[in-house]
Amino acid sequence: MLTPVIDEDGAPFWEYAARGELRVQTCGACDEPRFPPRPCCPYCQSFDSTWRRVSGRGRIWSFVVPHPPLLPDYAAQAPYNAVLVELSDSPRIRLAGNVVAAPDAPLDSVDPARLRIGAPVKVVFAEIDGITVPRWLLERG
Amino acid sequence: MGVAVLKDRTAIVGIGQTPFARHLPESEKTLACRAILAALDDAGIAPAEVDAFASYTMEETDEVEVAKAIGAGDVTFFSKVGYGGGGSCATIGHLAAAVATGQATVGVAWRSRKRGSGPRPWTNTSAQLATPGQWTRPFGLLRPADEIGMLARRYMYEYGATRDHLFNVALACRNRANQNPDAIMYERPLTREMYMTSRWISEPLCLFDNCLETDGALACVIVSAARARDCRRRPVYVHAAAQGLPAQHHGMVNYWTDDPLSGPAWTAARHLWKQADFGPADVDVAQIYDAFTPLVPLSLEGYGFCGRGEGGAFTEGGALETGGRLPINTGGGGLSEAYVHGFNLITEGVKQLRGDSTAQVPGASTCLVTAGEGVPTSAVLLRT
Repeated sequence: MLTPVIDEDGAPFWEYAARGELRVQTCGACDEPRFPPRPCCPYCQSFDSTWRRVSGRGRIWSFVVPHPPLLPDYAAQAPYNAVLVELSDSPRIRLAGNVVAAPDAPLDSVDPARLRIGAPVKVVFAEIDGITVPRWLLERG
Repeated sequence: MGVAVLKDRTAIVGIGQTPFARHLPESEKTLACRAILAALDDAGIAPAEVDAFASYTMEETDEVEVAKAIGAGDVTFFSKVGYGGGGSCATIGHLAAAVATGQATVGVAWRSRKRGSGPRPWTNTSAQLATPGQWTRPFGLLRPADEIGMLARRYMYEYGATRDHLFNVALACRNRANQNPDAIMYERPLTREMYMTSRWISEPLCLFDNCLETDGALACVIVSAARARDCRRRPVYVHAAAQGLPAQHHGMVNYWTDDPLSGPAWTAARHLWKQADFGPADVDVAQIYDAFTPLVPLSLEGYGFCGRGEGGAFTEGGALETGGRLPINTGGGGLSEAYVHGFNLITEGVKQLRGDSTAQVPGASTCLVTAGEGVPTSAVLLRT
């Protein structure tokens, strides 16, 4: 699997994920969340930021079901789903991820027919190749 | 200076291309030189007169190599526009600005690619950009088709666009390619059944929603309008040019703005029409960047041919075909002529306004050409 190539701005996201926490960079001055992380606030230009913990609940904004040709590790699990989840706490923040049957389950562990835009999901974390990534479970909605 | 300072001040006077194929034996550099020399020959201009070059990123042949190979003179202007296929039309805009402001006299823009026989960019796992790749690639959003497919599904959900609408786009391009002996899909018709039963690439996008993988090169020559009158071929004037990088845009994975379905086309279009003497209703033929079919309805909306959310419905009733409301991609486009990062759309626009396209729109005098929607983009309006 591809592990994230982490930059200085994104590092806190992955450090919190390793502790099982989903956090979003938030302006220390005007309180607006922003994603992807960046050095300063696009709304007020402040360089102060905090990382606010969010509920980990959201809804599927869109999804694709990739089929080969793909990189080998992904081809082995294809067709799988890749989703964008709009966070309930911060609708402007949409996180890419995968809906799985259990945190450590393969990427194709949920029938794509069960996915729909607007479906509620909640975050879980899985350690993959030494790095903790957020994943998503379908909730009853 | 007003926004219209470039208006009709420069013209494309030469175009050139190599054959298009899945595999060509020559190097990208050689193909680039062949296309450029063909374009200069078409214009009747000696290579030693070239003093400006413009290209766009993911081009492996740089202007130093091209200039020394073709025997260019002293070069006083060169530029390379970022973001891959979004830069195609910007090369024309940059050269038009350079020539109109006296920084150069003969400009060459080109694109050379061996995408058909070379490696696919998305398989390069080491070169993933830290931002935003860390937020998408680990989750299996690997290829451009996956990235655009995400926006396409949301677009279909929000506005009721259907796979039939996407098929209409693929079909219009294929039908025009069937008329173009240079097109890879010449003599290879497409049917609705073929489309609907083809294999998935990234649901909701199937095989025929994706552009070709092609080897080939193309080039254009730009000079002042005054000089153009003495050239060998009928001048095609650069009426307006614009680039577009919208606020809070993120490139291919434009998932984090308030409105991800209102992309760079809208930004480029606002500036483009502000400069122009005519509007969308006066465009005779359009060449719309079609790396993926859903980019076409999104662009139709962005450039003002229809309202927001109406791009799918616009494709109905043969609107995009010859004789339709807006014939598009009359050489076959990236979907069916060749995928050369959109440069064939520019040369096809020139052919239409010269009156020698293989799918000629009778009396065409205005043409919109667009670059990649989904990345920071560009567009030009051409006129006779």
